[in-house]
Amino acid sequence: MLVIKDLYAKVEGKDILKGINLTVNAGEIHAIMGPNGSGKSTLANVLVGNTNFEVTHGSVTFNGKDLLAMSADVRAKEGLFLSFQYPVEIPGVSMVNFLKTAVNEHRKYRDQPPLSAGDFLKLMREKKAMVQIDSQLTNRSVNEGFSGGEKKKNEIFQMAMLEPTLAILDETDSGLDIDALRIVSNGVNLLKTPNNATILVTHYQRLLDYIVPDFIHVLYEGRIVKSAGKELALELEEKGYDWIKKELGE
Amino acid sequence: MEDQNKLLHEVTQRDYRFGFVTDIATDTIVKGLSEEVVRIISAKKEEPEFMLEFRLKAYRRWLTMKMPEWAQLKIPEIDYQEIIFYAAPKEQAKYESLNEVDPELLRTFEKLGIPLEEQKMLSGVAVDAVIDSVSVKTTFKETLAERGIIFCSFSEAVKHHPDLIQKYLGMSVPYNDNYFAALNSAVFSDGSFVYIPKGTRCPMELSTYFRINAKNTGQFERTLIIADDDSYVSYLEGCTAPMRDENQLHAAVVEIIALDRAEVKYSTVQNWYPGDKNGKGGIFNFVTKRGICKGVSSKILWNQVETGSAITWKYPSCILMGDNSVAEFNSVALTNNFQQADTGTKMIHIGKNTKSTIVSKGISAGHSSNSYRGLVRVSPKAENSRNYSQCDSLLLGDTCGAHTFPYIEVANSSSVVEHEATTSKIGEDQIFYCNQRGISTEDAIGMIVNGYAREVINKLPMEFAVEAQKLLQISLEGSVG
Ligand SMILES: Nc1ncnc2c1ncn2[C@@H]1O[C@H](COP(=O)(O)OP(=O)(O)OP(=O)(O)O)[C@@H](O)[C@H]1O
Ligand SMILES: [Mg+2]
Repeated sequence: MLVIKDLYAKVEGKDILKGINLTVNAGEIHAIMGPNGSGKSTLANVLVGNTNFEVTHGSVTFNGKDLLAMSADVRAKEGLFLSFQYPVEIPGVSMVNFLKTAVNEHRKYRDQPPLSAGDFLKLMREKKAMVQIDSQLTNRSVNEGFSGGEKKKNEIFQMAMLEPTLAILDETDSGLDIDALRIVSNGVNLLKTPNNATILVTHYQRLLDYIVPDFIHVLYEGRIVKSAGKELALELEEKGYDWIKKELGE
Repeated sequence: MEDQNKLLHEVTQRDYRFGFVTDIATDTIVKGLSEEVVRIISAKKEEPEFMLEFRLKAYRRWLTMKMPEWAQLKIPEIDYQEIIFYAAPKEQAKYESLNEVDPELLRTFEKLGIPLEEQKMLSGVAVDAVIDSVSVKTTFKETLAERGIIFCSFSEAVKHHPDLIQKYLGMSVPYNDNYFAALNSAVFSDGSFVYIPKGTRCPMELSTYFRINAKNTGQFERTLIIADDDSYVSYLEGCTAPMRDENQLHAAVVEIIALDRAEVKYSTVQNWYPGDKNGKGGIFNFVTKRGICKGVSSKILWNQVETGSAITWKYPSCILMGDNSVAEFNSVALTNNFQQADTGTKMIHIGKNTKSTIVSKGISAGHSSNSYRGLVRVSPKAENSRNYSQCDSLLLGDTCGAHTFPYIEVANSSSVVEHEATTSKIGEDQIFYCNQRGISTEDAIGMIVNGYAREVINKLPMEFAVEAQKLLQISLEGSVG
């Protein structure tokens, strides 16, 4: 589904990604861990087409297509979704209007007619139940005045609405209380099918108890320096990143 | 999506195609302005003596006045001897069918959802005499007449209701008010007249009707709205469609008079030719709009969405004379490319316990300049009066400018005046967030700008609000990213 080859990227003239290689197949869950500032969010942003980040080398294919050649909105409509680490607020733009536009743009891209108002509201109700998000939130402007945890929940709600083939969740667990973490993880698991895939960026084993990854990668100074099965998370939780740095001879 | 963007982009960024010159038989008089010309205009319109006097007084006063210079505008020299001050078109038809009209224009109409018959009218296609609009007009007229509501052209009102004209003309905007108001008073061609009798609620927005009749209001338009005791009317000016217009200078006057407990809501969506991408051409729009809350507990609301004209100079104002009267000004002014706007309002508190609210949302893009100028004056007698002003500016890109000039004069100690102002830039992160959800940059900007302006757009009557939203979006195409 996703094949990243020798990807280099910089921001503000500074090299951040320095040769990423990663393959994600349908049905898989990958977790990316790594110290602060190692480039996890940068990788996520580069994949979804944030133009603040400049790709200097390498290639990315998504379902056989050249991902880097597409604009951000096309990538989204091709099925790529990012749950942002820091979702922005858009005052005055209602969640309903925002999501309706987004859903219908996706449909248009697939040559489907727009949803009727009734069908759209039905879809919203269904997905709201799935991630147990309060109507009080979805009746407001996009993220405006939402608490940190509410914003994260709202990201997963949008993911449920858009049903991406590849979802990248950038620290969606940070800021969630214990119940919310369970609810959100549950939502992500419900959305899982053999045809889609998930990349989880996280710092904590806790999330991986709920959403069990097939692979864990450690990103360090712009490179994936270690890949292993889910047991790696426990080891990291116990020992931190120092032993990996040592392995690398630092 | 891509296609749609391309289209939107083309429609809005390409040269505005509505400025074509056509050859029609018109009843014109020599160009230039003189006392003789003023007399001819009045004579051609078969006006009573008092009208001619009004015009002449205004003309003589205008001669002594100078064009205002204090606005934040760069205004090219206007040669008044080159303007033809009276031209009554004898015939409207310029095309036989819509097939002959520029397809780009038609696509813009479609985007705005303008009905077919209206599309024809706006683009100058011959309109069959038995079309819907005519019967609609008749139905409207009957409904209104049953309630004693007068709604007609200014010229008709001068003929049939001279007493009302004589009593109220110039009450809000005196002939000598300012340079452009004096010019308008001397040479105004036509406009609309509304009278709502005592205790009457006008049962419909006076809009569709107006739109149907808006074809030839001319460059010196004059509107007079009188709401008698305990009456209500909502009036919609203009039309969101790109109207053909070959006049460069527009100097309109709008007067509103609200008597005891009357309420007038006046909404404008202005979308005149703004000039091309390089700032050439475009309408100069110098309007004087003023309402008097003459009666106790009367109320006047100005709601406006301004996206057109090369230069806009406009300050819809209210004089709160009656005790407990209320006034509101809600405005969205958008400028793009090389447009210049200097808009705002004046709230003059004279009566006791009067209350005014100002909400101004400026949006600037391209190389445009967008200024808010507002005066709040509370006279010594206007005890316990209140004003709340909120002026927000949104900048798209860094080649545009926004300025705020609030003037506040409070002459008693029991009144409260509050002013808040913010300036923000449209966030690239907001646009990217929308992109990531599958929304194109163009659509995202439209959405964010509409969100920013929502407070004001929500005050517009429903049908106008929908059009205004589309208009804001279309007016910003290609301005970011
Ligand atoms: N817009 C930017 N301008 C300048 N530097 C940036 C920008 N975005 C990211 N960086 C830098 O790039 C590096 C990688 O940042 P990134 O956000 O990808 O880290 P991360 O692995 O997601 O960290 P965390 O775990 O703290 O979220 C950091 O040093 C950061 O300061
Ligand atoms: Mg991060």
